[in-house]
Amino acid sequence: MCGIIGLFIKEPAHQSRLGEWFEPMLLAMSERGPDSAGIAVYRNSTPEGQLKYSLYAPEEYFDWSGLEEQLWAGFAPAALHRVGSYGIVTCSAKQEQMSQWLEEHAPGVKMMGSGREMEIYKDVGTPSHFARRYSVRAMAGRCVVGHTRMATESAVNVEGSHPYTTGSDLCLVHNGSYANHNSVRRVLAHHGITFDSLNDTEVAAGYVQWRLRDGEALADVLGHMLEDFSGFFTLAIGLRGQFAVMRDRFACKPMVVAETDAYVACGSEFRALAHLPGVNEANIFEPEPEGIFVWSL
Amino acid sequence: MVTIDCGRLSTRAVNQQLSTLSDGAEVRLMNPAGRHNLALGLEKAIHVDVDGHCGYYYGGMNKNAMIVIHGNAGQGVGENMMSGLIRVKGYASSAAGASARGGLLVIEKDAGLRCGISLKGGNIVVGGKVGNFSAFMAQAGTLLVCGDAGEALGDSLYETVIYLRGRYRSLGADAREEPMTPADHGTVAELLRLSGFDQICKSGEFKRIASAKALYNFDVDKKQSY
Repeated sequence: MCGIIGLFIKEPAHQSRLGEWFEPMLLAMSERGPDSAGIAVYRNSTPEGQLKYSLYAPEEYFDWSGLEEQLWAGFAPAALHRVGSYGIVTCSAKQEQMSQWLEEHAPGVKMMGSGREMEIYKDVGTPSHFARRYSVRAMAGRCVVGHTRMATESAVNVEGSHPYTTGSDLCLVHNGSYANHNSVRRVLAHHGITFDSLNDTEVAAGYVQWRLRDGEALADVLGHMLEDFSGFFTLAIGLRGQFAVMRDRFACKPMVVAETDAYVACGSEFRALAHLPGVNEANIFEPEPEGIFVWSL
Repeated sequence: MVTIDCGRLSTRAVNQQLSTLSDGAEVRLMNPAGRHNLALGLEKAIHVDVDGHCGYYYGGMNKNAMIVIHGNAGQGVGENMMSGLIRVKGYASSAAGASARGGLLVIEKDAGLRCGISLKGGNIVVGGKVGNFSAFMAQAGTLLVCGDAGEALGDSLYETVIYLRGRYRSLGADAREEPMTPADHGTVAELLRLSGFDQICKSGEFKRIASAKALYNFDVDKKQSY
């Protein structure tokens, strides 16, 4: 089934309340997705020339300090901030360099995302367990995109969770099921996009990355997706300073958007948004099928 | 007037309390907050005012009750309604009035996709527009739309008649425009009066869309296109 939620803060003064407003949204979607949860949060932009890497280690007692020391040897200065099963590394390594380095020095560690602002956390377990473990309530920042998973086609594991990313500061969450993702994956592989799983949603993220890489605007990329993909897909996408939602032609999977002067919020069901300040006076609508909605700072 | 604060009660408790009320009772449901499945399966002629935006299936299987939703309604409002009245002051999400067998569902603003899907005898009146695939496989009853309709209106239509004041993006398989008869004008006028839209719309502004009845009368010699 799955649930999607997203919150994009328009008024900078409210960035400190990102997590306080978002946590109930995530928890409200627990019935839609009890298996796993994940978020991509946009906050604490790095200085020019540095990137943040969201690294995941499956072992409960992983030696993160050891990893930090090793990283200093390769990419000083390197800061590592530990949250749950993740270490967020900030350093000047390029993404290919970091991938290479991890393969050589820490092959069990997976890079789940990278970017100047974006941090990705995704894990198995209930959304409430996830929210506690990753201190969602305390988060501050510009934007957060989240997902609660009910696994249907692949196993309940961290690799099968959303959000997916295949590009810097890009994330995508999906409710639905693509039909032709295997064919699209083969095309994208020709264009140099690499994938970590057989998951259908990862292909959609790769497709967005590919089109953006060729210089297209996000709205045009999503328009092309409507032509190139079949299946059913209700999506929320995060980029640095942008937020987008879209539904396919048949719009079987739901989405409600509420917009005020302070925020744009989206969720699979209105009850995920019902607690937000001013929501009853907000502009509330359900995206039309094939409608593409992009908000920018 | 009975007041029920939904925020303090389980879904079952709310519906059980409603089921204890007698004909003529007036009740206010506060703080629906998008919760699903409230005011379901009502059987007495009670008046229910829902104060706020709703989740899915409100007024489902309604019999005799009169429900007013002072906000938006989620998926499937009035689904399988048997009789009575449901009025939505805001918009209704997809599958409004799905499979409704009787009664009247009024949506003052827009209705989403698949409005009146599989309609089985109820009447649905929409003040705004309806989304794609509305009246899909609709078998009996009436769908009246004061605004526009989306794609594939009346796809695989049976005996439901659609009255449309605006424009459709496309008609579904086997649906066609037909001339309005005096009886149609009478039906439209009556539905407009019941829903309170007779000040803004007149029956002369509507067109009739009904089934050509070719799809379910199989003809082996016919080219398979409808």
